[in-house]
Amino acid sequence: MSRTQVLEGSEAVAWAVRACRPHVISAFPISPQTHIVEQLARMVADGELDAQYVRVESEFSAASVVSGASAAGSRAYTASSSQGLLLMTEVLYASAGLRLPFVITGVNRAVSAPITIQVDHQDTISLRDCGVLQFYAESAQEAYDLHLAAFKIAEAPDVLLPVMVCMDGWILTHSYEPVSLLEQEVVDRFLPQFRPVHFLDVNHPKTWGSYAEEDVLMEFRYSIQRAMEGAKTRIREVFTQLGELTGRDQGGLVEAYRTEGAEVVLMAMGSVAGTIKEVVDALREEGQKVGLVRIRCYRPFPHEEIWSAVRGAKVVAVLDANVSMGSEGAVSMDLKAKFYGRPGAPKVFPCIAGLGGREVAPEVVREIIRRALEGDEAEDGSWQPYWAGLRPEILP
Amino acid sequence: MGKKRKRDAAAEEELFVSGHRACPGCGMALAVRHILRATGKDVIVVTPTGCLETFTSPYGYSPWRVPWIHHLFENGPSVASGVAAALKAQKRDHIRVLAIGGDGGTFDIGFGALSGMLERGDDVLYICVDNGAYMNTGGQRSGATPLYAATTTDPPGRRSLGKRERKKDLPAIVAAHGVPYVATASVAYLGDLRRKVRRAMAFRGSRYIQIDTPCPSVWGFPSHLTLEVGRLGVKCGLIPLYEMENGQIVSVKRIKRKVPVTEYLRLQRRFHHLLDRDELKRLQEFADDTIRRYGLLGPSEKGGSHDREGGPER
Repeated sequence: MSRTQVLEGSEAVAWAVRACRPHVISAFPISPQTHIVEQLARMVADGELDAQYVRVESEFSAASVVSGASAAGSRAYTASSSQGLLLMTEVLYASAGLRLPFVITGVNRAVSAPITIQVDHQDTISLRDCGVLQFYAESAQEAYDLHLAAFKIAEAPDVLLPVMVCMDGWILTHSYEPVSLLEQEVVDRFLPQFRPVHFLDVNHPKTWGSYAEEDVLMEFRYSIQRAMEGAKTRIREVFTQLGELTGRDQGGLVEAYRTEGAEVVLMAMGSVAGTIKEVVDALREEGQKVGLVRIRCYRPFPHEEIWSAVRGAKVVAVLDANVSMGSEGAVSMDLKAKFYGRPGAPKVFPCIAGLGGREVAPEVVREIIRRALEGDEAEDGSWQPYWAGLRPEILP
Repeated sequence: MGKKRKRDAAAEEELFVSGHRACPGCGMALAVRHILRATGKDVIVVTPTGCLETFTSPYGYSPWRVPWIHHLFENGPSVASGVAAALKAQKRDHIRVLAIGGDGGTFDIGFGALSGMLERGDDVLYICVDNGAYMNTGGQRSGATPLYAATTTDPPGRRSLGKRERKKDLPAIVAAHGVPYVATASVAYLGDLRRKVRRAMAFRGSRYIQIDTPCPSVWGFPSHLTLEVGRLGVKCGLIPLYEMENGQIVSVKRIKRKVPVTEYLRLQRRFHHLLDRDELKRLQEFADDTIRRYGLLGPSEKGGSHDREGGPER
């Protein structure tokens, strides 16, 4: 059913995309996304993948090409990173509005200025409101699995929205790990050919992308929101189905790691979870009650799963690899919004960690846990975001 | 007579129907109806944001009897490329992709995407319905606005004569991409327009047609004069009509009776500030240069196959 190979994370993603047999691929190069689209280009050039590969002049056009292809009824794929994702922002809003189910890899990288190629989540988090589902991978293996799931979820008739699989640049895209790949016929059974109900069809001409006003626009928005909420059921289903095929159950919308009876629960997305799990293991050894909730699906926001996993904890310490300037990290804000007014809700300790590739080493995680336990919030109960690993000595 | 009746009897099924919300006398709406008469029904149309999108797509209504998609302002060409790629992948080769955008979406905000599409040679016929400004937002300057025309963002005043720059020569830029077919047309010459669309459809790859579509609302002329204004634009030399195949000009629309530019300009409010100014001469010179450059006044080449002026306009 499967074979295991040592692959670069990017290559694993390319293999997943290849197995999904997209009709159309379009991309513009940006580090650290390039290895994925180079691999796909090679597969097309070698005739291993029968797809139209449109080499565009910008990320804006890459997202637009896959939008057009998707509207014409084809399975389509693109990938980008950082500035490229920001350039695609307008397209992604409109594509969600048009209910175009393509898949995009969001290779996480910080956003300018200062320009950098180092990882954080500011780029994809900035797209959280546009109606695109977002999954975050912890490992190359999970990135592979999530891409298979992504097409199936996106194309489900009750979802029909773009899906973005986010993975940390360099840490996941450029390191090698053993990855188990499914056989093509297994993937084909899991993900049959895309047969959309609606597409640009000369025999049934329809008008797409109309102008709408106050009498209907709200209902368009509401249907996206409803599809997002409804997608949760579909996501659980597809993850379970895939878990049965692969023998890897990586959890549902969240992964709860040693949260039983935990006083402090850390919350994070992406590859940093590996480090956190090590710290959790070590501290559990020492008798401390700590655990981790790793968000795999950030949009739609899985507050029910999070609630079940953290109920009974004193504090949830959220590691946000992003900041909403003038407020705090996006995940902690989401969490507070859902916890507010809920009896027995744990306190939320907002941490900003890992911006621009700043290392989140085990001692950084331990320090976050120490502060969470200490409860150094203000007297009025407000808790200022803790910038983990900040170097105050170089601030002007 | 018999010939005409035969044409009427064979009148193509209308693919762009009435009931849309264009202004009275809109040159663009007329152009689109005739574009689709020429292409027939096996086309998918992509339209970037602009007048055409707005007046044809109030939710729940549509004059389009072909599949039509509007996505954004600056991505008409790349959405069209995506549709073309999908059709190729699906082997629906008999279906053709048409992009119809205004000058804002073509000359300005969608220019990068257009250049990308042309450079790749994606199988799209891109038609710019050009009314020389951003009409959808009330008539602001675009790269297609002609020299000295008044727009709301480049108005004439004590220190201004309106648009300071010449119109971007987009057909030449498109041709420089090495595409097989480039043409200019005018809504005032519908037979010529339809012929050019049909000719463009005979090629594969990226093709471009730019159609002059006068706009009564913003150019400032009575709505029954659209075709007259369009004709005068051609006859004075400011709107040269020509077609290029594989980089060579293969036909021009010759001017039988040249008119001075004032005849064209005086009908339009956007040029009224210019009528008693010396700068008018510059526009006349520009028109004369254009006539020389394209050989618009020279005698028809005897028996030449490249001059396709003949035939009554319908």
